[in-house]
Amino acid sequence: MYKLLLCQRYLRSRYIALASIISVTLGVATMIVVNAVMAGFSSEMRLRIQGILSDIIIETRSYDGEADAELHKQMIERLIGPYVAGVTSTVEVYGMLSFEYGGQYIHHPVTLIGIDPGSKSEVGPLMDYLQSYHKQDNGPDSAKAERTKDHKPDWSLTPGANDYRQHIAALARDKAIFLKELKQQRHGGAEQGGEAPAAPNSEDPFNGMEREEGNAVVAEANLGELQTGRLYVGSNLISFPHMDEATNQTRTIYMVRPGNDVKVSTVTAGTPKPAYFDATVVDVFKSGMSEYDSNLVFCNLEYLQHVRKMVTPNPDGTESRAITSVQIKLKDYHDSDKVMKILRNEFPADRYTVRTWEQKQGPLLAAVDVESSILNILLFLIIAVAGFGILAIFFMIVVEKTRDIGILKALGASSTGVMSIFLSYGLSLGIVGSGVGVMAGLLFVYYINQIEAFITFVTGRKVFDEKIYYFKTIPTHIDALTIFWVAVGAITIAVLASVLPARRAARLQPVRALRYE
Amino acid sequence: MPTVTSKFTSPKSASLRETFPMPEPQIAAFSVEKAYRKGDHLVPVLHGVDVSVRKGEFLSIVGQSGSGKSTLLHLLGLLDAPDIGEVQLDGQRIDDLPSRTRDELRNRVFGFVFQFYHLLPELSLMENVLSPLMIRHSIWGYWKRRREYQDRAREMIDRVGLGHRLTHKPSELSGGEMQRAAIARSLVAHPEILLADEPTGNLDARTGREIIDLLCKLNEQEQLTIIMVTHDQAIAAQAHRTVKLCEGRIVPMSDAA
Repeated sequence: MYKLLLCQRYLRSRYIALASIISVTLGVATMIVVNAVMAGFSSEMRLRIQGILSDIIIETRSYDGEADAELHKQMIERLIGPYVAGVTSTVEVYGMLSFEYGGQYIHHPVTLIGIDPGSKSEVGPLMDYLQSYHKQDNGPDSAKAERTKDHKPDWSLTPGANDYRQHIAALARDKAIFLKELKQQRHGGAEQGGEAPAAPNSEDPFNGMEREEGNAVVAEANLGELQTGRLYVGSNLISFPHMDEATNQTRTIYMVRPGNDVKVSTVTAGTPKPAYFDATVVDVFKSGMSEYDSNLVFCNLEYLQHVRKMVTPNPDGTESRAITSVQIKLKDYHDSDKVMKILRNEFPADRYTVRTWEQKQGPLLAAVDVESSILNILLFLIIAVAGFGILAIFFMIVVEKTRDIGILKALGASSTGVMSIFLSYGLSLGIVGSGVGVMAGLLFVYYINQIEAFITFVTGRKVFDEKIYYFKTIPTHIDALTIFWVAVGAITIAVLASVLPARRAARLQPVRALRYE
Repeated sequence: MPTVTSKFTSPKSASLRETFPMPEPQIAAFSVEKAYRKGDHLVPVLHGVDVSVRKGEFLSIVGQSGSGKSTLLHLLGLLDAPDIGEVQLDGQRIDDLPSRTRDELRNRVFGFVFQFYHLLPELSLMENVLSPLMIRHSIWGYWKRRREYQDRAREMIDRVGLGHRLTHKPSELSGGEMQRAAIARSLVAHPEILLADEPTGNLDARTGREIIDLLCKLNEQEQLTIIMVTHDQAIAAQAHRTVKLCEGRIVPMSDAA
């Protein structure tokens, strides 16, 4: 009883000891915040990677692909049918995306992926990444979601994009008519004046346009009609963030919007020859993973196969279409080991690589894990340092309390009893320190975006720049088990730090302790 | 009735008197020698001291500073162990008992009063008085009997005349009050022997006299064995018997009273 009573009184009267655990509190709070943010980033990232890659990916070693998508599908159905929730075939190849902006052509190297949106959306949350399904929050351009989840992704334009396309078509048509009239006027004037047709005049502002006349007339006929090639384009390929000086807000400027046409170049299968096609951008793809958003262009599979000459007629009149990868979504990802074993046996390693999404993104995920463990070790060292602070202050308290220890021993307290006063003191400090730390950490995590905004406001520098991270807000994920272990670790350190001073107190001779001045 | 649990006791609840026959003396030291190490030097304090105290006796030990009187008291009260010689309680050697048993004897058989009161500064007067009982029991054991113990402590505090100071901290009490509180604490566990080390040494003459009167009353009314160390001959004269220590040797002076 006296142990608890004294422990409680020491807690109340020795504020210096509470100061010693501030470092424990800070360490615990920091560990919780860092872990929550890292777990937030990591789980967002994993979710996005898994969403794009699906669970298991079978890839051909060559970009030429393997013939007959249907055959692959049947084989997978036969081998692992019961485990499978969805299968989609894709063609993946490097290419170049070119579009006109501000009177210049802009080119981007891209990974061109031919997909079938219907089956692709069965193996991953494709809809989640297409902008037409989301509310646009982009300064003055904000708009409601154009499509609901009931509408399966396809290669059609949204009504808004269609209006836009019609609008630019009408503008082009007007321009073509204007140029035509201008030309007619000029020709008429020349005839009237009896002058020979003038050589192109470099000072004539319409000179350049005149040369486009042919295209414009062609466009007059074609504009409004969609190209056969249709694309979902990674958002970072066709946009850039712009800081509006007036409002001090960042908004995204799109160089290409759904409804615009762009040009795509790649190579054919077999002996590589340049392949080139025009395509209409149908939607914008934004996963939040900059690696994907600034690299991926999804194209309609059939057309890409056609352009890349991956379609070969069969003797029976049907055609065989080659593919470069098959993505499989499992009903339960826990079956992946079993499924991988079966697939690896059946798909020869010299022609295919069979990987789970984690294996495919192994280095990235491993890097995140390593980063997280190293941070945890470093932060735990902070708490360990705090342990030495407790050790020092406890030694001080034991020295200060030497006479009291003598009194307790004279009254019959055992060494174990005296020791347990200081151990429970350490335990209480650990519990208080880590308890406050856990609460502070959780509050910090809860209000992390407000805190970020405040720090940004005070310092004038953006702490969390969405231009770098592609998250609007800082993602966090709180794992109860992590918090539990952090708290237990901190409490253990506090108790361990009090062991030595407690032993010293226990070993004090009562007479010496009583005589201590 | 105080009880002793040790390797030489039978049931925990049995008192020393029941467990052992009551030979005279109640507590005795035989040829005890004690030396303290100060730096590289060994300073001898006691040179073969013999002292014995009967049940209900009030013995005072006098001597000059450094004569070893406090050391002798500490050896008798098991606060320290002799280098040579032995200490006996009711005819049983107690100085070589395991430390656990000695802790328990200190709690149940001895009550201590010190010159500098030695109250625990963090605890109130009531809690200080209760501390020997808290030390004796586990949390649950104390909790079950807390009402009884609190009544007992209140009674002891009333007896030393501090009933109005229950919740005060030692720092809020005067020297005399602190010493009376220390006496209440030493009595709350119903000890058999009270060891008082210069109980008046830090008090003015009048307060000192009050304290000695209190001790005499306890001795008379409850047959409490008291061994008191003092350097004040007048105060020592209040005891039944006084022994004088001189340079670590004992010299009987009188068999007064």
